[in-house]
This record gives sequence, structure tokens and C-alpha cells, in this order.
Amino acid sequence: MAHDTTIRTGAAATVPVRAGTAPARRARRTRQVAAWAFLAPVVAYLLAFYAYPLYRNLDLSLRHYTVRSFVQGDAPFSGADNYRTVFGDPSFGPALLHTVVFTGVSLVFQFALGLALAVFFAQSFRLSATLRALFLVPWLLPLIVSASTWSWMLNSDSGIVNAALGVVGVDPVNWLTSPQWSLVSVIIANIWIGVPFNLVVLYSGLQAIPGEIYEAAALDGSTGWSTFWRVTFPLLRPVSAITLLLGLVYTLKVFDIIWIMTRGGPTDSSTTLATWSYRLSFGSLLPEFGPGAAVGNLLIVMALVCGLVYIRIQHRQAT
Amino acid sequence: MSRRLKTAAGLGLTAIMLFPVYWMINVSFTRDTDMRASPPHVFPFDPTLEGYRAVLDQQLPYLGTSLLVGLGTVLLTVVLSAPAGYSLAKLRPRGGGALSFVLLIAQMIPGIIMAMGFYAIYLKAGVLNSTAGLILADSTIAVPFGVLIFTAFMSGIPDELTAAATVDGAGPLRTFWSVVLPVSRNAVVTVSLFAFLWAWSDFVFATTLDGGGDHQPITLGIYRYIGNNNQQWNAIMATAVIASIPATLLLILAQRYVAAGVTAGAVKD
Repeated sequence: MAHDTTIRTGAAATVPVRAGTAPARRARRTRQVAAWAFLAPVVAYLLAFYAYPLYRNLDLSLRHYTVRSFVQGDAPFSGADNYRTVFGDPSFGPALLHTVVFTGVSLVFQFALGLALAVFFAQSFRLSATLRALFLVPWLLPLIVSASTWSWMLNSDSGIVNAALGVVGVDPVNWLTSPQWSLVSVIIANIWIGVPFNLVVLYSGLQAIPGEIYEAAALDGSTGWSTFWRVTFPLLRPVSAITLLLGLVYTLKVFDIIWIMTRGGPTDSSTTLATWSYRLSFGSLLPEFGPGAAVGNLLIVMALVCGLVYIRIQHRQAT
Repeated sequence: MSRRLKTAAGLGLTAIMLFPVYWMINVSFTRDTDMRASPPHVFPFDPTLEGYRAVLDQQLPYLGTSLLVGLGTVLLTVVLSAPAGYSLAKLRPRGGGALSFVLLIAQMIPGIIMAMGFYAIYLKAGVLNSTAGLILADSTIAVPFGVLIFTAFMSGIPDELTAAATVDGAGPLRTFWSVVLPVSRNAVVTVSLFAFLWAWSDFVFATTLDGGGDHQPITLGIYRYIGNNNQQWNAIMATAVIASIPATLLLILAQRYVAAGVTAGAVKD
């Protein structure tokens, strides 16, 4: 039976029928049913494993939880109390500032280095494609691998970075264990991880610029730098906007690198909203699930605002 | 700049970029006694395999769990996202645009927040520290990406092909299974590769949802190493080298798919 109707659906779809007749309407309806039947698993999945955890998280942030009530699930409703606690916490200001600095500085360097490398690799030379592929390695490695490697490289006593600095006469720096440097250290590691993504996306953007434009610019006597600033950079603006906004969304939520390298310390000096949220909920023997979830929800709001800007720009470019 | 000079510059830049990877390999072969040498040995002239022996002794179960979790995530992701991609690309469901929008948004939600929600749910359901639970959670990283990739790819399949199948009497299910899916091999490969890599690399879900489990993935294996013995860095780095093998294989065997996946709206936690 089912097979019968699908045949008719298909036939109706290929033969132009006047809209409004009963068979056409029925055909369109069966077609919709088939379309949603294929979507049903993903819709159910999204509801169960995206919407529900997010709802639980929202619920956590609006109740007063203790370890006991977390297990039993009878925590009293406390409205915006957790949010007030979070905003009033002395850790809030620094965590927000670190998040902004971490994200901003990472983005600027990742983008600048990625763009420079993309322009470099866009020239044709031997091994160009192979080397460009090798540049992807940092981006593909598990974050725990990158983070632990950087931890050891930045080790105060036995790290290669301090040894190299010693050669040029710079005193050893306590990269991970001093409050002045811990944020810098995790930013360096994060830039290293993010450059490949910027390189690949910007490179594909460069490839999309037609060669004739460069030829025309060359005929007008434009060379090197001025071609880059007057031709390449403006034409690359749409791709740049997308790259930066995607980078923004993904850098806001960086957690692994910071947690593995410094655990947000020492004394909160590299704590961002993401690591703070984790520390509140899981970092100690007395978990504060409510405030932890509240911080998490603030982070979601920030990510979504950036995300919506991204989607808007992408949509405008597509049309 | 001449072309030869550019190649030399390219090699130099790549060497700088990959130095941390070299350092990881170097340290994995360094003897415990040389580990704190000053200055550090830039090449393991007197190499040792004690680090790798420690991996074989202690980390094999973790690697096995990661492999299982990775494959499970791939399976779940492809099974869920391929039909959805087909529907969005070819069957034009009403409300399909809204669903694509939701998927885009879903990719932007920080994993750490998903992990908290999952923790609350898993605790109550009693499925904390289970491999299946970890597979489910890991798949949330890959499913939205999978649907978007499949949709983009299947939109490129000519309508004539599916129409021909319909004329031959195939329903949507047949068309999907015997026509669309076989020509979508590249999309299946891309989605599978990334799903595997993300599940293999996942640390956030592992540490929140499987922190006390009997079967823990390799990311937790490394994390415990760092926490427990700060001295045995050759063992830590040897584990890191082994944990990097999937990424390396992927780059060697499937380079073009990787680049395609990155540019198609790359996501990474």
C-alpha cells in the first residue's frame, strides 16, 4: 500500500498538474508526509538531545540546588537568584574581561596570520599544496594533545620556550604559574590552533577572486602591497566577515585548552566564562550547579548574538 | 621572489608551525633522566621507548574505548543526518528552512553547556559513565554539521537523476537508498571523518559524563597522566603521539575531504 502511494507521489511530482485539483493536493500532501518522515529521526533527536538538555540547564539556573536536591530533583524555585549571585560574584568581572581579551586577541592574530599565509600560499610554487595541507595538523589534533604539548613547552624550568629565550638573554618566564602570563600562554596556544582554520577558509576565498581582476590591476600599474590593499582585501571582505564571526562563536566557547593548561588559574587569572561555569558545576567537592548553569546560559546568549549576526550577514551575501 | 625561494620560505613557515608537533615526538623518545636537562635536548640522540612501553601497558583500554566511541558516533551521525539531508535537499518539506536555521544555531551552543544539561539528565536516568551515553553526547557535536553537509551535497545531485528513478517506479525510500546515497559517497566520507575525529578528540563530554566510568576514552587517559605523574612526560607525550594518529591518517588519506569539510562551515569545540 505504502509503495503504491509513493509511486503516485513521485509521478505527480514530475508531471506538471494544475494546482488545486484533488489528486494534486493529495499528491502534494503525501510528498510532504514522506519529506517529514525522513526528517523525523533528526527532529526527535534535536528535541531529546538538544532542546531537553538546554531546558534542563535553564531549569538548573532557576532553582536553588544542593548536591542532595540535585539527585532527588526537588530543588526550590529561586527565580533569578542564581543570576544575581553570579553578577555579584567577584569572579564575574575578571571572567568576563578574560573572555573578551582571550577572544579578541586570539581572533586578531589568527586572522592576520591566516590571511598572510593564505596570500603567501595562493602564489604558485612547488610543494604549495602539500605544505598547506600540513598546516592543518594543529587544527586536527585533539585539543588535549595540543594543550599538554604546549604545557610542557611552556614549563618554567624545563620548557623549550624558556630555554630559547635564555639563548637571546631573556630571563625565564613563569608562563603557566604566574598570574601575569597565564592568560597570554593560553592565548598563544589558542592562536596556534586557530590559524589553520583561517588559512583554509581565506585561501578558498582568495581562489574565488577572478584572475582578470589582478591582471587589470597590474595593467594599471598596481603592484604588491597596493594590489593587496586596494584589490584583494576589499574583495575578500565578505569571506573575512564570515571567518571572523565563525571564529568569534567558536572562540567564545573554548574550554579544553584553558582548563588543561591552567585550570583557569593561578587565582582566576586565566578564568573565562566557560571555565568558570565548569568550575562552579564540576570543579570542586561542593558543586554549585545553579550558578554554574547561569554562567553557561550567559555564554549561550553571547554566542547566539554573534551567531545571529553571522547568519544575517551570510544571508545578505547569498541574496 | 623566485619560485625556489618561495618554496624555501614555505618550508620554513611550515617548520615553525609544526614545531610543537615535532617537540611532542621528540619528548616522547626522551629518557626520564634527560627530561629536565638544561638546555633541553632538541633531538633524542639517546632515544628510549619507555614512554611507548608505558602506553602499551596502561593506555590500551582507553584507546579501545575511544575507537568504539568514535565508530559509534560515526554510525549514529550518518544514520540520522543522511536521510534528513536528502529530505531538505530534494523533498522540499514545508518548514525545512526553519529546521536548517535551528541546525545552524545548534552548532553554536558551547559544548560545556550541553555537557551540564546532559549531566543532569544522565544522573537522574542512571546512565552516567556509560559508553552509550558518551556516544550519544558526542554525536551532538556532529549531527547538525552532518545534516548541513548532506543537504549541501545532495542539492547538487541533478533532479533528472531522482526523477528518472521516480519514473522507474521508485518511491522516496528506494530513491534515497539506491540512487541518492550511492552518489553521495563523498559526503558520507566527509561527515564520517569529522564525526570520528570530534568524538575521538572530545574532552568536555568525557570529563563530565564519563569521569568515573570503567571505560574511559584516551583524552581522559592523557588527562589523568598529566594529573598523576608530572614527571613522566615521555609517557604523556607518547600517548599524545598515539592519540594523534587518527588525525594524521585522515590528513594523509583524505586530504581533499578535510579541506572540503573545513570550508563547508567548519565547527570545532
